[in-house]
Amino acid sequence: MANFYTDNSELKFHLNHPLMEKIVRMKERNFSFKDEFQFAPLDHEDAMGNYELVLEIVGEVCGEIVAPNAESIDAEGPQVVDGHVIYARGTSQNLKALNQAGLMGMSLPYKYQGLNFPIVPYIMAADIVSRADAGFVNIWGLQDCAETINEFASDEQKEKYLPRVCNGDTMAMDLTEPDAGSDLQAVQLKATWDETKNVWLLNGVKRFITNGDGDISLVLARSEPGTKDGRGLSMFIYDKQHGGVTVRRIEHKMGIIGSPTCELVFKNAPAELVGSRKLGLIKYVMALMNGARLGIAAQSVGICEAAYREALEYAKERMQFGKAIIRFPAVFEMLSTMKAKLDASRTLLYETARFVDLYKTYQHISEERKLEKEERDEMKHYQRLADIFTPLVKGMSSEYSNQLAYDAVQIHGGSGFMKDYPVERIYRDARITSIYEGTTQLQVVAAIRGVTTGGFLNRIRYYEAQKISPQLEYLKRSLIILTDEYEQAVKKVVGTDDNEFIDFHARRLVEMAGHIIMSYLLLLDANREESFLRPAKNYITFAKAQVKANAEYIRVSELSDIGNYKFEL
Amino acid sequence: MKAYKIIVLAKQVPDTRNVGKDAMKADGTVNRAVLPAIFNPEDLNALEQALRIKDQFPGTTVKILTMGPGRAAEIIREGLFRGADGGILLTDRAFAGSDTLATSYTLGQSLKKMGKIDLIIAGRQAIDGDTAQVGPQVAEKLGWLQVTYVEEVIELKNDTVVLKRRLDRGVETVKCKLPLVMTVNGTAPECRVRNAKLLMKYKRAKTVTELQKENEDYTSLYNDRPDLNIPEWTVNDIENDATQLGLNGSPTKVKSIENVVLQAKDSKVISGVDAEIENMMIELIKSHTIG
Repeated sequence: MANFYTDNSELKFHLNHPLMEKIVRMKERNFSFKDEFQFAPLDHEDAMGNYELVLEIVGEVCGEIVAPNAESIDAEGPQVVDGHVIYARGTSQNLKALNQAGLMGMSLPYKYQGLNFPIVPYIMAADIVSRADAGFVNIWGLQDCAETINEFASDEQKEKYLPRVCNGDTMAMDLTEPDAGSDLQAVQLKATWDETKNVWLLNGVKRFITNGDGDISLVLARSEPGTKDGRGLSMFIYDKQHGGVTVRRIEHKMGIIGSPTCELVFKNAPAELVGSRKLGLIKYVMALMNGARLGIAAQSVGICEAAYREALEYAKERMQFGKAIIRFPAVFEMLSTMKAKLDASRTLLYETARFVDLYKTYQHISEERKLEKEERDEMKHYQRLADIFTPLVKGMSSEYSNQLAYDAVQIHGGSGFMKDYPVERIYRDARITSIYEGTTQLQVVAAIRGVTTGGFLNRIRYYEAQKISPQLEYLKRSLIILTDEYEQAVKKVVGTDDNEFIDFHARRLVEMAGHIIMSYLLLLDANREESFLRPAKNYITFAKAQVKANAEYIRVSELSDIGNYKFEL
Repeated sequence: MKAYKIIVLAKQVPDTRNVGKDAMKADGTVNRAVLPAIFNPEDLNALEQALRIKDQFPGTTVKILTMGPGRAAEIIREGLFRGADGGILLTDRAFAGSDTLATSYTLGQSLKKMGKIDLIIAGRQAIDGDTAQVGPQVAEKLGWLQVTYVEEVIELKNDTVVLKRRLDRGVETVKCKLPLVMTVNGTAPECRVRNAKLLMKYKRAKTVTELQKENEDYTSLYNDRPDLNIPEWTVNDIENDATQLGLNGSPTKVKSIENVVLQAKDSKVISGVDAEIENMMIELIKSHTIG
């Protein structure tokens, strides 16, 4: 019986982070739900026990059903029949199993029939599902959209839609259009208020919509005629039961083939406004995207896990020159570096998830009662951290998922190029992670604030101040030296006060911060659990080389050099 | 629409599917200590059939009846996690050593005490004994109709059920009146996975014996939540004739148990004429390879 949770002790380690005590207590409102809901936990241990038991179910469904289905789904793919999507058979089986297991709407409140899980165990489930099938996690993970309804929609809308999500209705977020990709301000889909029918009607086209034929969709549309920018956009809920949207085609993609990427045609599709008009892009999409980005980070980590495991297993079995190839330095170095990147991505993922948990839970509590000043400060503190860590982890982990998939194919040699091994699919599936929900380049645009405002540096100093065992001090000392190099590089680039120069080096700076942060997190993990010492050491060695390379690039780079990179058009 | 009262007969068995070298003791009996105790696989198929009827006919109740040592309460919890409404654990030293006859007697006497039942569903057979006798024997004890090897409930309408049976050489469709005992084949759909919310709700469902043993911290909980109490029935809870219980009521006597390891070392080609095939059969029966 394959179980993708119990076979990976690192998940349990991250689940049991000391900060969870606070997160769980807040999320469960001091365990006050137990009288109203029989499945609500009685205390901290009880709640943690629930997370574990439920993750065991996730692990079982993934090991026994989702992973074995991945190959046939990739071959079969979804189809469009009469303007609607028919999933591949395996996809329907997966959804049925996860729904029967009650794994939809995991993070939604009890009163809407959710499990009221914090983001950490929910993201862990996404990490596990992605390892089983990175294409499928897209469909399942779109339950994230419900968080946005829970945050911004009216009580009436919440009562109407959230229980449906918990009972298996799938979701979609309809943002992209043919001429509005990275630049969502250009969205044109029209929303008009129909006086006679007393309803908003949507007309236009959306493109590249993941699971576009889902049961409940959040749609970004222009509600203010005559406007051209983001301030004219509002957010709507479209309910498939009402009709009005057809799927014109499904894209033929390189990877995540099981996940239907749809072109949608809206013809007088009735829809409900979410929250206030004009805040669609400015407020709600930003929240939606942050949730989705964390989801893609989890997807990336799951892909890293799958790629690493496939490569490790193959390298142990494949004999060449009379021995298993894992015995060759060229191969074991690759595998250990893969493992270090996997662990680094994962520790950053759960650190970020904890920040999101803390600030979002405070936010929800603030709707129930006035927060104390200390609590408000703490909420802002974690919100700022979540805002810079989310693009950081999305950017870093999605790049690593690509690197690991590449290396996993490489370790398989010629066999990896064939469809006979899962790495071929993993390699194709990984490619999208650094593109959608904002390319790595756009994650850098969001994360650079953490560099220029000192947000990353403050957090690095916080890690530096944590007590660790004396045997690990030497590793910390080398990180302090790297931090100095990072500071100097930031000073030089930001000191020019030239936005183009800052943009030019932004990725290098964000990655330097990322390497140092991930090194510290692994060091702290190693301090808590010895088995992390090996990946921590290996990652720090790798990070040193990367940080120094970037530092050197910046050191020799002058403002006047940029012209040499530009193109005349 | 009618709601049904269904009882699923389930057994906790040693997992004989993945046996290691320590699976048998020197005396030829099963070494239960090294084999994990699991929900008998075909009983899970049976549970799934019951739950499907429950999905289809709201108001239907599914309860599990199991007989075994105290730890077999796990079977009832596993049922609750998947959607069963409850269960009863038959546990008593007096039941120990039951063969299929004594087991079906005990189950039958218990079922008689459980009020009106529409449908009893059991797995075809358990993976430890492989007898496939208990289901049919229970039907006999109750004087009910029985259908074995069921793969699918094609239709259920009022008191009539149409069933598909999976047999060696094909399928058979049977129409039959309730009440009924049916045994379900391993080819029937697999049981659904445990449900997160039910798991959170029922993880503390315990028998009194378990509660006494474990010093459970949440004692008050069991007064507020009667659904967390798994009832245990002992010999005193059912009407019985002591001579038909446990070892006394078990005419089956095991003479010896042999660990047969099939080892193909060479192959033999036969031409296919009747005489040769007959010789091969005789040889295989003699060597206990088959038969």
